[in-house]
Amino acid sequence: MSNKKNTIWSFFASVKLALFVLFFLALASIIGTVIPQNSPDQAYIEHYGPNMAKLFQLLDIPDMYNSWWFVTLLCLLALNLTVCTIERLPNVWRIMSMDNLDTKPQRLSKMRPQQEISTSQSEQDAAAQARKTLQNNGWKSSEKTTDEGILLFAQKGPWTRLGVYIVHISILVIFAGAMIGSYFGYKGSVMIPETSTTDKIYKFGSGTPIDIGFTVRCNKFTLSHYPNGAPKEFRSDLDILEDGKVVVSKSIIVNDPLDYKGHTFYQSSYQSYKKFLTTIVNNQSKLNEIFLMEPGKEFRWEEANVSVGIINRNMTDTPGLFQYKIWFSDNTGNAAPFWIVDGDTTTVKTPGNVYTYSMKEFYATGLQVTKDPGVWYVYFGCTIMLLGLIVAFFLSHQRIWIYIRRNKETTQVLVSGSSNKNKPAFEKKFDKVSQGLIDTLK
Amino acid sequence: MTSSQLLGLSTLGYLLASALYMATFLFKTKKSGIAASLLTVVTFIIQTVGIGLRWYESYEMGMGHAPMSNMYESLVFFSWSIVIFYLLLELKFKNRLIGTFAIPFAFASMAYASFGKGINQQISPLIPALQSNWLIAHVVTCFIGYAAFAVACGLGIMYLVKHSDKNPESNGLISTLPDLKIIDDITHKCMIFGFLWLSAGIITGAIWANSAWGTYWSLDPKETWLLITWFVYAATLHARFTRGWQGKRIAWLAIIGFFSVIFTYFGVNYLLSGLHSYGSS
Repeated sequence: MSNKKNTIWSFFASVKLALFVLFFLALASIIGTVIPQNSPDQAYIEHYGPNMAKLFQLLDIPDMYNSWWFVTLLCLLALNLTVCTIERLPNVWRIMSMDNLDTKPQRLSKMRPQQEISTSQSEQDAAAQARKTLQNNGWKSSEKTTDEGILLFAQKGPWTRLGVYIVHISILVIFAGAMIGSYFGYKGSVMIPETSTTDKIYKFGSGTPIDIGFTVRCNKFTLSHYPNGAPKEFRSDLDILEDGKVVVSKSIIVNDPLDYKGHTFYQSSYQSYKKFLTTIVNNQSKLNEIFLMEPGKEFRWEEANVSVGIINRNMTDTPGLFQYKIWFSDNTGNAAPFWIVDGDTTTVKTPGNVYTYSMKEFYATGLQVTKDPGVWYVYFGCTIMLLGLIVAFFLSHQRIWIYIRRNKETTQVLVSGSSNKNKPAFEKKFDKVSQGLIDTLK
Repeated sequence: MTSSQLLGLSTLGYLLASALYMATFLFKTKKSGIAASLLTVVTFIIQTVGIGLRWYESYEMGMGHAPMSNMYESLVFFSWSIVIFYLLLELKFKNRLIGTFAIPFAFASMAYASFGKGINQQISPLIPALQSNWLIAHVVTCFIGYAAFAVACGLGIMYLVKHSDKNPESNGLISTLPDLKIIDDITHKCMIFGFLWLSAGIITGAIWANSAWGTYWSLDPKETWLLITWFVYAATLHARFTRGWQGKRIAWLAIIGFFSVIFTYFGVNYLLSGLHSYGSS
């Protein structure tokens, strides 16, 4: 029984499984990039024929990344990483925390690199020199005296042996973050016409409304262009309202979202209605009206007895920016028809009144809204992954022993060292110590 | 001088440098090796000025952005990254013959940028999604990784060339190449280095995606292929660290890995569609 358990355990701890899973994850991902994902059923039948389409359905290929077998591969990877870490960590911990002064002289004499020095100085003097040489080269030593001799030991970076496990754990942390995000978060979107509010957003895919618990208002959406006409910026001026009061205001653009209470609002699209948001203020009476105007249709503002309409449109010198010719009259007579550039404000005079007139094209802003409580776990995982990779690749556990013993007339000094990786770099450091010691023991 | 003239000049420079490195390998002449290194350094300076000037020109045109936003600019930067990575390698390992297998990649990238079909060399404005400082972080980290993998691939080819030599004792061409063990070691180091930067590239890309679209991972083909490439190198490093793979197998994996890089870079843009579509022209 125990033997059987051990076989299963060592299977899940094995690098073979890791290589196998990595290979199949790569292969499966290739399929996922070649065969379009989440297309309608009909598209697969047209493209690949009814039989292949059936096979795809059977293997969940149209939604491969959520299929049972792809998720199983990811679980296998997570399990593999966990078991492998549990399996190896105790041993690494033992090496990190072991008493290196207990190392047997026989083992020291087998290590590479090593250097044997003989000197006429006494054991104590040689030990003092060794201590000093190590210290001068940046090694902090400990020592132990036995019947046979004196053993000095110094090491650097025993903790660096943990680097590879930090990388493995970081992947598990990223998985955990992704799972937290998908269970406790959501992704959705909403279109908000200018000057309107919403307190609901709509989930991707299903379109289920989600109550966000506060209100968002889009005050204004502006679209600007480069000289060559390509879109330069999408900007939405948003307000967050709680109990009817504005608590946060921010102008968002792509790459600069608004965060509020764990919800993030991203600028993602816009919609034009071919209508114009128009404001007219009578400068004397301060009477005002905001309304939507359509080209070619007369608008009546009954209260002030004003009629207004758009009668022409022209491109300005700025690409993508238009100006409009407006016809305007009130009960005192007609104003002279005037041109106004989209987004501008102007003064209009009729025989008896003066008005302030402004108009801009009416848009709805398309916002992507997400709540992802897992994202900081993912970022934390990414950070420790990079740190772990640096440690695992570029730092090593380096150890130096100096064993001093009396042999008849002379004192024998054996310097030996070991490094778990990057041996050439370690040998240079080792040579500095052993050469320094040779010079002082002469 | 305009940036496109300087960059055109650097294409020529890398062509000549490739020829000189090749000559050093073929004729075992020391002088041509020194000339190759000198020419590479000079061309690299011209190219750096060219990239800087293109950056400046974009500001003059009223749409200032780092020159890393389309296929042309990325190819130029790829070539630049390969050269700086190679020059540091030459300095560290004191071996010019690596250049025979590395600088041609830098030339090929410049040549493709200059003469490739459908590659737009104009400075074009940045669409809103690309207007982010993460653009620079993401592109730089990815391309340092790509450059290291390109050189690793060159070294893999070098290993296989040397390995195929039937009588290593003879005084032939191939005997001038470094020892198999040394090539193997440098290949491995390049892959480690590239892997670290590729990881950083994936991470900066994820952070950027999250600040632009609210999702750090969307499984579009480019992302998936970058991850596939990451899997290939992760598997290679595991095979070496824990199963002791080396020599021919590692050389082949360095080449296969680079194919994956190339597919991520070009194949995805041309053959598959997705969020990174702006990188294709």
